[in-house]
Amino acid sequence: MEQPHYIIEMNHIYKSFSGVEALKDVSINLKKNEVVGIVGHNGAGKSTLIKILSGALRKDSGEILIEEKKVDISGPKAARKMGIETIYQDLALSGNLDVAANFFLGNEKRRFFFLQNRLMKEEAKKVLDELKIKIQSYSVPVDFLSGGQRQAIAIGRAIYNKAKVFIMDEPTAALGIEETKRVGDLINQLKKQDVGIFLISHDIHDVFDFCDRIAVLKNGEMVDILNSDEVTKDEVVSLIIKGTR
Amino acid sequence: MFQDRKNLLYYLGLFSPLIFLVLLILVFSLLHPRFLHPLNIFNVMRQISITGLIALGMTFVIIVRGIDLSVGSLLALCGLVGAVIAKGGLVERFSVGVNTELTNPWYWALAGSILIGLVAGSVNGLCITKLKVPAFVVTLGGLSAYRGAALIVSDGGPISGFNEAYRWIGQGKIGMVPIPVIIFLVFIVLCHIILNYTLYGRYIYSVGGNPEAARLSGINTDLIITSTYVITGFFVGLSSFILSARLNSAEAVAGLGYELTVIAAVVVGGTSLFGGTGNILGTIIGAMLFGVLQNGLVLLNVSSYVQQIIIGTILILAVAFDRFGKSARSV
Repeated sequence: MEQPHYIIEMNHIYKSFSGVEALKDVSINLKKNEVVGIVGHNGAGKSTLIKILSGALRKDSGEILIEEKKVDISGPKAARKMGIETIYQDLALSGNLDVAANFFLGNEKRRFFFLQNRLMKEEAKKVLDELKIKIQSYSVPVDFLSGGQRQAIAIGRAIYNKAKVFIMDEPTAALGIEETKRVGDLINQLKKQDVGIFLISHDIHDVFDFCDRIAVLKNGEMVDILNSDEVTKDEVVSLIIKGTR
Repeated sequence: MFQDRKNLLYYLGLFSPLIFLVLLILVFSLLHPRFLHPLNIFNVMRQISITGLIALGMTFVIIVRGIDLSVGSLLALCGLVGAVIAKGGLVERFSVGVNTELTNPWYWALAGSILIGLVAGSVNGLCITKLKVPAFVVTLGGLSAYRGAALIVSDGGPISGFNEAYRWIGQGKIGMVPIPVIIFLVFIVLCHIILNYTLYGRYIYSVGGNPEAARLSGINTDLIITSTYVITGFFVGLSSFILSARLNSAEAVAGLGYELTVIAAVVVGGTSLFGGTGNILGTIIGAMLFGVLQNGLVLLNVSSYVQQIIIGTILILAVAFDRFGKSARSV
């Protein structure tokens, strides 16, 4: 059997806020082409765990390995450099700029002082087409696009920047049924791109539809990590609430 | 379906100032036969040039969610410093004559005016980004402080009487086109190119649209914000020189209330006070709108008191329209 190759390993992570332990000895890992769902109540420690990985918070103790090398994630920029990309609902895009401008923000293609807008548009379109993302207009500000499309642009940009790990924080929270389905398609597309995905969600259906493994947190502790085809929804719900099946 | 409606509103918002301007020109040309006379047209254009130049800089400021209330006061200060340099002090201040000799040539005066503008712009920008004082407060302070400095520099009175070369910048013409209009046109083109086709322009829009996203993308947002006030300072310095050349006099009361005219032109031209949107062409249309309105009302013998009421009302309506557009978009 092939050696499981983890792109991310988080081992024995502890974090407390002014005496309150938010994370107690939490370990989790992620393989290429895999989606791991992280579920739990509000305050279970989901966002704390993910913020540590995305560089927004520093851990108290424990270790993080990226492709089996120990790393120190000092901030959001450092995390991005290491290929960890967090997809927020709205934070990442400039609503007043068009698709290509957002796609290349901070990384623009230019000749001397002048932007090469046509080239950037073509490249952005190429990447998004490959992901089967349809955008009806590349020339209007992205504010005029739907929430799902904006998310798709952020994901496309991350892929273009060679991200290895995606953190998706409640990606379907503000979306309708149709849009949620499209995000699901997108996640499946992403899986084929040799990346790993952490998916944080309140929606137990999403988690079962999209994830290969499900990690359940409760009161800052890792209750269990299960293969999603070996459990039922009821069992996961029971784990979230009671901590046992 | 409603995606299309949102797009329609977007384009309607984009073109409404232009539509309004065309309507205004139509109405005035029907009501007054001399309105469309080339002489009058160039007269309006020259009038617009001075506030229009400052409005170019203000467009940058407002796109990054800022505001600069100090431009009127700074204009007086810059103009006076230039005049003092030209005159070599305050001794010769009232030598009004046709061929007045100057101690220093006009270009030193111009350089001095622009330098003061740049310095004041940097001070504004640094107070906003480093001391974290809101732009409204910083430049409101500047509105008072720069006016005070102008009064000190001039010792309260005007400085008048420059030589022909100096005055030519404000009063001269090439063919039928006044020099201030030519200067204005050059900077319109330059600013339009900068804002639309350069990396710097892209960063301006990005910082205005979502400062957090801009910062996460590695853009130095403080530097970008500060630079917009420096640009505005440059234009204030330049137009202060043009104004004193045109009037053959620099005064501490110059530019009173210009902040309103300038901000009104920018906002009516479609630049949102919420930041992120706007463009140079819109600002030009906004400036022309007020210029044409003022000129037309004068031709029709409407009292200047009433004009002020009209300008204020249009400003408020323009912002209300912007807000309406915003809420329609976020449906």
